[in-house]
Amino acid sequence: MSGTSTKLDFRVLDEILEQFEYKKSYLIAMLQKVQEVYRYLPEEAMTYIGEKIDGLSPATVYGVATFYAQFSLEPKGKYEIKVCDGTACHVRGSMPVLNAIRNKLNLKEGQTTCENGLFSLEIVSCLGACGLAPVCVINDKVYPQMTSDAISVILDTLLKEEGVN
Amino acid sequence: MALNIDIKQEQAKAQEHIKEQGLRVLVCAGTGCVANGSLKVIEKFRELGANVSTLTDYDKMTIVPTGCHGFCEQGVLVIIPDKHVTYVKVKESDVEEIFESHVKNNQPVERLLYTDPKTGEHVHKNDDINFYAKQTRTALKNCGKINAESIEEAISVRGYEALAKCIEENNPDGIIDTITKSGLRGRGGGGFPTGMKWKFTAANRGGKSYVVCNGDEGDPGAFMDRSVMEGDPHKLLEGMAIAGFAIGADEAYIYVRAEYPLAIKRLRKAIADAEEKNFLGKNIMGSDFSFTIHIKEGAGAFVCGEETALIASIEGERGMPRPKPPFPANKGLFGRPTLINNVETLANVPLIILNGAEWFASMGCETSKGTKTFALTGEVNNTGLIEVPMGTTLREIIFDIGGGIRGGKKFKAVQIGGPSGGCLTEEHLDISMDYDSLIKAGAMVGSGGLVVMAEDTCMVEVARFFMNFTKNESCGKCVPCREGTKNMLKILEKIVAGKGEMEDLDRLEQLALSVKDGSLCGLGKTAPNPVLSTLKYFKDEYIAHIRDHKCPAGVCTAMKKIVIDPEKCRGCTKCARTCPVGAIEGTVKNPHKIDPAKCIKCEACLNACPFKAISKE
Repeated sequence: MSGTSTKLDFRVLDEILEQFEYKKSYLIAMLQKVQEVYRYLPEEAMTYIGEKIDGLSPATVYGVATFYAQFSLEPKGKYEIKVCDGTACHVRGSMPVLNAIRNKLNLKEGQTTCENGLFSLEIVSCLGACGLAPVCVINDKVYPQMTSDAISVILDTLLKEEGVN
Repeated sequence: MALNIDIKQEQAKAQEHIKEQGLRVLVCAGTGCVANGSLKVIEKFRELGANVSTLTDYDKMTIVPTGCHGFCEQGVLVIIPDKHVTYVKVKESDVEEIFESHVKNNQPVERLLYTDPKTGEHVHKNDDINFYAKQTRTALKNCGKINAESIEEAISVRGYEALAKCIEENNPDGIIDTITKSGLRGRGGGGFPTGMKWKFTAANRGGKSYVVCNGDEGDPGAFMDRSVMEGDPHKLLEGMAIAGFAIGADEAYIYVRAEYPLAIKRLRKAIADAEEKNFLGKNIMGSDFSFTIHIKEGAGAFVCGEETALIASIEGERGMPRPKPPFPANKGLFGRPTLINNVETLANVPLIILNGAEWFASMGCETSKGTKTFALTGEVNNTGLIEVPMGTTLREIIFDIGGGIRGGKKFKAVQIGGPSGGCLTEEHLDISMDYDSLIKAGAMVGSGGLVVMAEDTCMVEVARFFMNFTKNESCGKCVPCREGTKNMLKILEKIVAGKGEMEDLDRLEQLALSVKDGSLCGLGKTAPNPVLSTLKYFKDEYIAHIRDHKCPAGVCTAMKKIVIDPEKCRGCTKCARTCPVGAIEGTVKNPHKIDPAKCIKCEACLNACPFKAISKE
C-alpha cells in the first residue's frame, strides 16, 4: 500500500492521546484527530493507540476504524470530493454528476483516489442540504444544484490551479 | 429553590440591547444559504452598513446572521422585519440595491421579492408567502429570527425562562406530569410517549444517570434536527437541562453527525456561552442543580441512530445495537440509567413548560399532539423545512406549502420516513399525517423526511436505492439483515438491469418478511419496508421491467435507448461535441446517429440538443 510506509512522528500521537486523557471512550474522537493530521489512519497509528490505552488492543482499534464510514485506511486526496447520494439528491440526478466526475478524473468504479493523489471521491448519503439537491462537497465547501456541466467547470478550475491539464 | 438570577430582568435587558441594534437585517446563514453565498451577502451588508448616517428613522443598522429559515430553495433569504419584507435568491451583487433603495429610501426592490407561482404576483411579507402561510412554527419558531450564535438573542425570546421556572418550583415529578399530559411523543421516528420515557428513567433517581440527545439524523432526505441545532441551539440545551432536572441527571451528551460541522460549531459555542452565564455547569443560577453537556461527533454510521448502538458509539466502540431489555432507562450509557431523546423532542420541552401542556395538546389530532417538522424535498416546487400541526394532510403539504410538482409533472408518490419508511401514493393524499394513520397505511412518520416523486421516477429503482443504502449500513450483527439485504439488493439490481424473472417477486417478498422477523434492531426490522410498499402499490412497474423489459418511467439505463429523430435533426453537431464517449456520428447539416454499443445513456446530448430532436425510448 502506498503512503503507509512513512515514518510516523509518535510525539504527535502522544499529544492527541494526552488531549483525550488516554480514555478509551474517546477512541472515535482520537481517530478523528489522527485522520485530520494525516488525511487517513496509518496502520502504525492504530497499533500505537491500541497498545497505549488501557482496555484497548490494536484489533479493537482496527475494528472501530473499519466500522465507521468516515475513516479511511488509505490516504485521501488533497481535494476530497463528496457526492451526496441521499434520496433527494438521487431523485434530482446525483448519478450523472458522479459519472461526470469519474470521467473527468479518470476514476474507475470502486477507485477512490486519483493516481496523482490530488482528488479523492466518495459517495455519501445525505449531507442535510436536500433543499439544494443535488449537492457536492469539496473540502467542506458545499456546491449546490450541481449538473454534470457545472461540476466539470469546477474541476477544471481546480485542475488549472494545480497546473494540471 | 432560590435563584441568584432574575431571568425576567435578563430578558428585559436583552430586549433593550436588541432595540439598540436599530434596523435589523436578518440574513440566513444555515448550511443551504451559506452554500448559495450568504456569507458574502452578510459581508457586503456590513460594509455598506458601517457608515449609515443617511438612514431615515434609524441611527444604526445591524446585520444578523440567523439559522435556517426553511425555504432553502429560495436562498439566500434576507428578511427585514421592521420593513415587513422578505427577499429571496439574493446575491452579493443585489445587496447595494436593497440598501440604497429599501433601507435608505423605503422603496422595496420588487424584482427580489418572492413570486407566487400560481398568481405570478410578488409577495412582500414572509407570512403571506404560501410556503409559510400554512405552517405552524413552534419548535422552529426562532430559527431564522435570531442570531443563532448569540445567547443574548436567545434570552430575549424567553430562552432559559422555562429552566429557571423548573428549578425555582423544584417539582421534578410535576415537570414529568406536564410532559406526559402534553401528549408529546418521540420525534425521532418511534413516536414513544416522551413523558413515559422520562418517568421510567426517573424511577432510578439517586445514582449517576445521563441525558443523551440523539442528533444522529441519518435518514437521507431529512434535515430538521440540523436546522434546530444550527438555528436555535439554546432551545435544545435548555430542553436537555430541564430533562436532566426532571430525571435527576447531572451529565449529558449530544451525539451529532460529523456531516454537520456547522451544527457542531454552533452547539459548542452555545454550551460555552451558557456555562459562562451559569445557565449550564455547576450550581445553575445559584441552585443545587448542576448539569454538564458534552458533544460527541459521530463518524458516519446510520445504525447509530438506534439508541443502544448510539450508546455503544459514545462509549467509543463499534456502533452495534444490543437486545432490549435492559432498556437504556435502566441500564444505558456506561451501564447507568439513561434518557435518550431526539433533538426535536427536546426542543419542544421548554415551550411546553412555558405555555402549558394544554396549549401543546390543543394542536394536532387525537393520538398525535403538537406540531411536526418535515423536510420537504424532491420533485416539489418549494423544497425546504416545514412545521405543521400533526394531522395535516399530505395534499396540503405537497400542493399548498410545497406549491405542487416541479415543471408541471404529474405526482406519483411520496417517500416518507427514509429507508425505514414507505411510499404513499395518490390515494393517500388526504390521509392525516400522524403516527398511527401512517403506520396503518404501511409507512411511518420516521424522522420526517418527505421526498416527493413525479411520474418520471422509477419506483423499482427507488427500492433498489434504499436497499443499497441499508445493505451498506447494516452493522452485520444479525444474519437475516446482513445477508437478506444483500440478496434483496441482488434481485433488485437484476430487475433494473432487465434480467428479472417473475419468480423474483415472490423471492423478494419472502426475503423481506424474514429480514423483518429475524433482525434485532429497527434498521433490520424496517429495511424491507421500501420494497414491500413499492411491491404493494407499484407492482405493475416491477412487472413491466420483468415481462416487457421496459422501464415505464424511462429511468433504468439497461432498458433505455436514446435516439435521434432524423426528421428533426438539423445536423448542428452540438450533440456529437457534447457526448462524453464519442458515440454520436454525423456530418454537418446531415442527421446524426447514436451508436447504441458506445452510448452510456447519460442523456448529455438530450439536454444539449437545441431542436428537441433527441428522445429516450
